[in-house]
Amino acid sequence: MRSVYVLGVGMIKFGRYPDKDVPELAAQAALLALKDAGMAVKDIQLLASGNLLQANAMVGQRLLQQIGQTGIPVINVANACATGSTAFREAYFAVGSGEYEVAMAVGSEQMGKAGLLGGGGASREGSVEGILGSGLMPAVFGQAGVEHMRKHGTKMEHFAKISVKNHKHSTKNPLSQYQNEMDLDAVMKARMIAYPNTLYMCCPTGDGAAAAIVVSEAVMKKYGKKPVKVGCSVLTSDPWSERDLTLPDVSTLTRTAAKQAYERAGVGPEDLDLVELHDCFATAELLHYENLGLCKEGEAGRGVDEGWFAHGGKSPVNVSGGLLSKGHPLGATGVANIYEVVTHLRGEAGARQVEGAKVGLAHVIGLGSACTIHILTA
Amino acid sequence: MAEATQASGEKKARPIVPFLRLGDRPHLVGKKCDQCGAVYLGNRVACSKCSSTGPFSEIPLSTKGSLWVYSIVHQSAPGIPTPYVAAIVDLPEGVSVRCNIIDVEPDPAKIPFGMPVEMITRKVREDKDGNDIVAFFFRPASKN
Repeated sequence: MRSVYVLGVGMIKFGRYPDKDVPELAAQAALLALKDAGMAVKDIQLLASGNLLQANAMVGQRLLQQIGQTGIPVINVANACATGSTAFREAYFAVGSGEYEVAMAVGSEQMGKAGLLGGGGASREGSVEGILGSGLMPAVFGQAGVEHMRKHGTKMEHFAKISVKNHKHSTKNPLSQYQNEMDLDAVMKARMIAYPNTLYMCCPTGDGAAAAIVVSEAVMKKYGKKPVKVGCSVLTSDPWSERDLTLPDVSTLTRTAAKQAYERAGVGPEDLDLVELHDCFATAELLHYENLGLCKEGEAGRGVDEGWFAHGGKSPVNVSGGLLSKGHPLGATGVANIYEVVTHLRGEAGARQVEGAKVGLAHVIGLGSACTIHILTA
Repeated sequence: MAEATQASGEKKARPIVPFLRLGDRPHLVGKKCDQCGAVYLGNRVACSKCSSTGPFSEIPLSTKGSLWVYSIVHQSAPGIPTPYVAAIVDLPEGVSVRCNIIDVEPDPAKIPFGMPVEMITRKVREDKDGNDIVAFFFRPASKN
């Protein structure tokens, strides 16, 4: 694999766009990334399009119908919540392999007010959701949080404080779906969805799109932008563990990916200036502090209390506002994380800039399960 | 045959999932990989732990286990009564089960980790032919 760089990124504000369709949202993000790169659609040699809810609807081709049908290869990707980041990985491989000089990844989603995702499935005798436990995401990640409480004595307040932090971060991100500060009392007393996650400890549904253009070193030099290198691209699926089939084991999945990512990028968790990780629920974020090695086993609660993961802390996490407040339009999320990290590494993040950021990590989990980690370096 | 059953009006209880066995002593059954001992609910083409293509033995699972973790679900899909306790129960055969815990208050202070639980079955609905659909639940184990 040769070196791969991110030349252009673009993202539309996450929110609700009932008057637009998915290819339009994706096209807007693609145009923003092209403008950022100083390129035109004719310069793109391969497109990887990530979209989950319209996975059978050729979103990538329909996106090109909106901005220019150049006849390039298009890959439509679906990989649960890791859809966008898997699309980015396809673009990365296209350039890294030497087959292409310029590739674009676009992640898009239009969820509307989709309600709760997942489900316990159905047998021949009908649905088992709510009868044989729950496969809906709030309950699954509620149980994952309760598992951490059981093992380490973590309290509901620890999870709630993560929601407070990410909502505060989002007030400085103009592209965030919500930009409201939320105090601990408001989070703790909000409507319970699935213990220990209240409403504000669950990410919202929404619409959005983000795009990233990756290029070879030669192209990077030609365009003269501040280089951001893709230090590694890692994808894992769930390995065997005893409870994985009843309680998806997002921790082992992420730990395996993190180990590979740090080895391949030649950096450790202590080198990271910022981390965008998959806080689909507040409970998930706390688990991933330990899974990504940002703190020691069992220390996540203490780290939350001491502000380690807040902007200005020793290991800033989700300075974008995270999925909890920035939003989580499924297929867009993985590319939006890349957008955020690249923006900081270039020093272009405005009021939320992590000063002097040189190394950033983007982590995404798709239940079922998939985990991607990208480490980017300036 | 099904039509004959219908015509005679004879109704039959049906398990909600294939790994639930009804009868006098309702219980769950697991498939055990003879090579590595991993136990599953439901079938495998080959073992997801050791990749062996079998053989697999069907084993009856204990009706008693212990509570691993839970969530108290307050918002669910339409038509599902809330709140309820969604849980993962560990059985002694090394298999865990996704289930509801019943006969407990939906209050974290009242749901101890490791609580011994026992399985019971209940009718949850009828199918279109009027047969009972029976599901399993776990509840705090009786003392004796």
